[in-house]
Amino acid sequence: MSLTNEHIKNRLVEKFGEALTNFEESYGIMSFHAPKEINLKVMQFLYDEEDLQFRFMTDLCGVHYPDNAGAELGVVYHLHNLVQNVRLRFKVFASVATPQVFTATQLFATANWQERETYDFYGIDFVGHPNLRRILNVDEMDYFPMRKEFPLEDQTRVDKDDEMFGRGGSVGI
Amino acid sequence: MSDHHIQLPEGSIEKQTNTLNLGPTHPATHGVFQNILEMDGERIVSATPTVGYIHRAFEKIAERKPYYQITPLTDRLNYCSAPINNIGWHLTVEKLLGIKTPKRVDYLRVIIMELARITDHLICNSVIGVDSGAFTGFLYVMQYRELVYEIYEEICGSRLTTNIGRVGGFERNFTETAFTKIQKFLDEYPAVLKEFENLFTRNRIFMERTQGVGPITAERALNYGFTGPNLRAAGVDYDVRVASPYSSYEDFEFNIPVGTTGDTYDRFLVRNAEMWQSLSIIQQAMDKLKDLPSDVFHADVPAYYLPDKEDVYTKMEALIYHFKIVMGETDILPGEVYNAVEGANGELGFYLISDGGRSPYRLHFRRPCFIYYQAYPEMVKGAMLSDAIICMSSLNLIAGELDA
Repeated sequence: MSLTNEHIKNRLVEKFGEALTNFEESYGIMSFHAPKEINLKVMQFLYDEEDLQFRFMTDLCGVHYPDNAGAELGVVYHLHNLVQNVRLRFKVFASVATPQVFTATQLFATANWQERETYDFYGIDFVGHPNLRRILNVDEMDYFPMRKEFPLEDQTRVDKDDEMFGRGGSVGI
Repeated sequence: MSDHHIQLPEGSIEKQTNTLNLGPTHPATHGVFQNILEMDGERIVSATPTVGYIHRAFEKIAERKPYYQITPLTDRLNYCSAPINNIGWHLTVEKLLGIKTPKRVDYLRVIIMELARITDHLICNSVIGVDSGAFTGFLYVMQYRELVYEIYEEICGSRLTTNIGRVGGFERNFTETAFTKIQKFLDEYPAVLKEFENLFTRNRIFMERTQGVGPITAERALNYGFTGPNLRAAGVDYDVRVASPYSSYEDFEFNIPVGTTGDTYDRFLVRNAEMWQSLSIIQQAMDKLKDLPSDVFHADVPAYYLPDKEDVYTKMEALIYHFKIVMGETDILPGEVYNAVEGANGELGFYLISDGGRSPYRLHFRRPCFIYYQAYPEMVKGAMLSDAIICMSSLNLIAGELDA
């Protein structure tokens, strides 16, 4: 029996009910949002269940939505069932004020550095991570450079209008 | 007791281990990796890798660039096989935009990607040889990397950071010389590879140096997120080319070589076996190309594919498209896409979130090296110092990809 997105969705809804939202399928990969409090429960469920078996974490990364008040920081997990070759994506969101998300390192060793990278770039504080410190940037850095409030170009420049170069307005992203 | 004994400093007898700082610019570390090793004599008690010395914030830069300007960034990830990264990125954009490429483009891409895989593997394997003290094999295969670089040069004009191809296909058609050189490579490389294998695979010194060094079980490898030859050496036959074929890989016959123990020797053997498979794939692609029209080298997508210069000067539509593409006025569709290709050292993934603007809202590279290196302390624990070096080279760590 091949594993369908429909079946995964039904199993998840059966287990977690209303807690999981925004189910959608784009380019063959199903994705949904989960509350950050139950990210490990969702992952463990997907890992353990005999008919799901999402036992490979492909990727973990952060995203920043500055306009999404109260849920500015997202963590995106890509899981993979290697036997049936089905991929799955789910996201949890946290606010900048309380960027605490439980670490997945107990379940997947691969989450270790990827969470450090996500912390380094977005300041997401992975609760329970064995060694949460910066990985690519220097330790002395006191900000999180991938957040949208840090533009790539010098904002004091007056000789260049961004509107002429594609991105709208004079504020760089 | 007499008082002629030397007075040792406080605690010096009790101290059993030494700290050794290997890298970041040590000649044997293949790039800027730092390892702080805790050594008990010659044995490694623990290793603490530090990365990030050439971190260039590609993901941040990509948030400001139109999609076609991101190709040069991908060149600088795994620079030993840059074309795979380029084409992987193009495939991601094509997936997002729903562009279907002609078969001939797919086959040409397959040829280029397999050539890139061979160059990557031959460098990695010959460097494992160098790290075990055998320089000869490195010299044998190096001239064939040179030949592949000449092929790249013939196709796109550059050699290392190729920037090969465009969204929708290639910038120009392959020349006759390119095909001649590919055929020359196919004719000559098998003998060299055979000789390279003869030099190493049953060599007693090489086997002693690599067997049982840096082993990892299939279970641990999966938990660590290993993919590519490093995972296959542990016995798991996962290959993106077979699991989720892209660029018409489903049209080709090839095997997935697997190892058993996941040690350095198996990683070496798997890479060697993969080179044979790649040669066979290239030959198949060359044969398939004979039945296809020879003038198709890109998809018909004028809004995304830069038009011919001649047309830009003479046709209004071409001029408009040219302007829009070059000025980054072409918006890409909103959406989220994760696309993976089988890079030379594992699953290379591109996670792209587009908000409909000219550049990605968020682009994340799933870099296989970054995933492997975190398993390194576990793999070298209890090994000798010289094993740590050879284990590192057998993981095929590329600093550019690790640090992004």
